[in-house]
Amino acid sequence: MSAIISIKNLSKTYAGGFQALKHVDLDIRRGEIFALLGPNGAGKTTLISIICGLVNPTTGSVTVDGSDIIKDYRRVRAMIGLVPQELTTDHFETVFNAVAFSRGLFGKAPNPAYIEKILRSLSLWEKKDNRIMTLSGGMKRRLMIAKALSHEPTVLFLDEPSAGVDVELRKDMWQVVRDLRAAGVTIILTTHYLEEAEEMADRVGVITRGELILVEDKAELMRKLGKKQLILQLDAALTGLPERLSGYDLELSPDGKQLTFTYDTRAGRTGITALLNDMRDAGVGFVDLDTTQSSLEDIFVDLVRSNR
Amino acid sequence: MNLYAVKAIYSFEMSRAVRTLMQSIVSPVLSTSLYFIVFGAAIGTRIAEIDGIAYGAFIVPGLIMLQLLTQSISNAAFGIYFPRFTGTIYELLSAPVSPLEIVLGFVGAAATKSIVLGLIILATAALFVDLHIAHPIWMLTFLVLTAITFSLFGFIIGIWADGFEKLQIIPLLIITPLTFLGGTFYSIDMLPPFWQKVTLFNPVVYLVSGFRWSFFGVSDVNIYASLGATLAFLLLSLLIVWRIFKTGYRLKT
Repeated sequence: MSAIISIKNLSKTYAGGFQALKHVDLDIRRGEIFALLGPNGAGKTTLISIICGLVNPTTGSVTVDGSDIIKDYRRVRAMIGLVPQELTTDHFETVFNAVAFSRGLFGKAPNPAYIEKILRSLSLWEKKDNRIMTLSGGMKRRLMIAKALSHEPTVLFLDEPSAGVDVELRKDMWQVVRDLRAAGVTIILTTHYLEEAEEMADRVGVITRGELILVEDKAELMRKLGKKQLILQLDAALTGLPERLSGYDLELSPDGKQLTFTYDTRAGRTGITALLNDMRDAGVGFVDLDTTQSSLEDIFVDLVRSNR
Repeated sequence: MNLYAVKAIYSFEMSRAVRTLMQSIVSPVLSTSLYFIVFGAAIGTRIAEIDGIAYGAFIVPGLIMLQLLTQSISNAAFGIYFPRFTGTIYELLSAPVSPLEIVLGFVGAAATKSIVLGLIILATAALFVDLHIAHPIWMLTFLVLTAITFSLFGFIIGIWADGFEKLQIIPLLIITPLTFLGGTFYSIDMLPPFWQKVTLFNPVVYLVSGFRWSFFGVSDVNIYASLGATLAFLLLSLLIVWRIFKTGYRLKT
């Protein structure tokens, strides 16, 4: 798949000397949902802000669909929609007018029918004549998305789109994002809700302290770095691990009734068969078993910790 | 050129003026009417004519200029400062618009509002005093040029200000005193010789004088000096605005 955004050696040092980005190289593929993960202050918003024209890069270059973001800013910006992290709206304007304003600002002829379609898809049509100040936080967030979509962008940046949005609305928003991708829009989202990245993203990038430390297909990342655990409910409580089982990565619960075996999915042999055989030989029986896989959140926390 | 963007910014700013009609039109018209009542009708009848013009009529161009300057500045300053304050400036900076288009939208709207206000005040003045305009084309030229120039100046203040107080400082502490001391209520011939020379360093003198000339055909300074001063200030404001966008001053990090 070809790259729609190509970032080369991008660095940003703010006036105070803080280096927010360090030599970032990244290609975003056309039509994908790319999740950019990172702790607060990692450089996610700086990266997005540079691409969207809000922050000047110190060094490096970015092209969007082959056009340089500075030299050919008109073409680039007309392609991009941005939903910023902060809920920044003109409180006194009506919902419809605010979206129509955004469309005009991005150089598109008025199209009330298209604005109606966006507002309906985001469940905002009934509020079209309401002043923005009367909207709830979740509605304001959806309005920000409507404004970003008003000029029919081909690339959409969502900076923490679910912040302050309740679970139901979040799921509605995910559906909107999926529909956009189905329509061919490339989506780059930053999020603190790792569940969101896990649910939606095709690829994941992890950024910390201004460095992009990993870019990987989500499924591949979880396969490579994911750990699995086998949880066995024992038929009788143990006071300690039998000698025969000492060679396994096992953890006995305090009440002695649950045994947890951690194994690597990448290993050719997981060791489960051998463990069960040794348990039988040691006279340890079980009444139930379950497996769990580490979430993207676990992987992310491990990655960021190991880079500290 | 992104004309849709210019139209969007212009319409947005104009609709803000309509939303705040009391503040943007009614309030300055009321305060100017009070000047006409006090200085024109009440005190003015006891003051001798200046350069053959009744005092009530003499102060009209100065009062229009006073409102034109302060309102142009505050309209444009608030117009660009408010999105910076609320954070909605992100949309403007991430849109495919050039600095020229941004300035056309904001300054065009601010200047339009001031020109409309100036004409309303002129119509109001005609209710209180006898007026005739000797050079209507020049009057409109000065009105439009001054509105554009000081809207540009206001735009600069709106970018420079980092709080609401700074938005008010320049109009209140500099423009209003300069206007009052710039021959709004008197002819500079009435000042002692020393102060006549000092007052020529006040740029507002040239604006008020030129504007008054367009009404009555008499002026404190040469009409071309007035026009030159207005154009020089316009050019200076344009240069500063160009520099702001070139460097991203207070707009981009």
